[in-house]
Amino acid sequence: MASSSSYNCPCAACKFLRRKCMPGCIFAPYFPPEEPQKFANVHKIFGASNVTKLLNELLPHQREDAVNSLAYEAEARVRDPVYGCVGAITFLQRQVERLQKELDAVNEDLIRYACNDIPTGLPATQGVNSLHSMAAAPRQRPVRTSNESGSGFHQTPSNFHYPYPFPWNDHNPSGNIYGGGVDGNI
Amino acid sequence: MKGPQEPRSGSSCAACKLLKRRCTPTCQFAPYFRSDEPNKFAKVHKVFGASNVSKILNEVPEEQREDAVSSLVYEADVRLMDPVYGCIGAIASLQKKMVELQHDLIIARARLAYYVDQTVLFSDDGVNMCPVTDMVEDFSGQDFLSFHQFSQFPFP
Repeated sequence: MASSSSYNCPCAACKFLRRKCMPGCIFAPYFPPEEPQKFANVHKIFGASNVTKLLNELLPHQREDAVNSLAYEAEARVRDPVYGCVGAITFLQRQVERLQKELDAVNEDLIRYACNDIPTGLPATQGVNSLHSMAAAPRQRPVRTSNESGSGFHQTPSNFHYPYPFPWNDHNPSGNIYGGGVDGNI
Repeated sequence: MKGPQEPRSGSSCAACKLLKRRCTPTCQFAPYFRSDEPNKFAKVHKVFGASNVSKILNEVPEEQREDAVSSLVYEADVRLMDPVYGCIGAIASLQKKMVELQHDLIIARARLAYYVDQTVLFSDDGVNMCPVTDMVEDFSGQDFLSFHQFSQFPFP
């Protein structure tokens, strides 16, 4: 018995494009007929032929994720034609920077306690080893651009690997929808 | 605010060069895709297509078109770097980092609060001498941002 999708019911893409949905249609596995808006958005932003080319360049097991990410980006761009999902990236980058700065500040205070800069009722510091018990877990340690000798705490690199460029190099977008002054509360 | 550059007469913009057509004085792409930046338009054309870019720009007020082009160029760049996940990879990575930092901050502040308590207990007159106490008090009432508050872009 033939499978239902291609033979009896065109996929959302072929319905939209008003063409016969052939067996082996590249869109059929990812654009079911009950989700017409998904393809409509992707078609509007990326175009059917660009999506076809992109999918053809990928391995079959990668295509579902690729389609879902394209659908997400297309929906974001339809909602916000100026910034699309780049607005989200800018917002999240600023939140990460803010949180990292706050964490750095708290860690510096912890170090001051360890070095007895701020007096407590605790016994005198046990030395550098006390830093490791007091200070945050390894991944919290900030990335430092300068080499601060004698302070292993500061030199430990963060585990955060972010292989993507930053959207706005040296300036905020003029629309400034997520501009400076975001305090983390929406 | 710096506006888009006016096209020079007699010189095709990067878009019209790539599309092999005459660049008119009213070319929609000319202000944003200068002839000395051919790769910028090439990337956007490869990912979105010239006609889709044109339609997007037509939907956007003129004063926002430069930002729209910049975000399209960025999105195209990231998609070409990561054809499977594109910008979604960047968003997922940032979300994960944000959650980790929030968690670490809670732990670090709890540790700091412990030491502040010790300072208060052992100060001479019971007055809090620690300048970070205010921060700890702020912490107790602070509402940490969680991703779910960022509801405009729910991650699938």
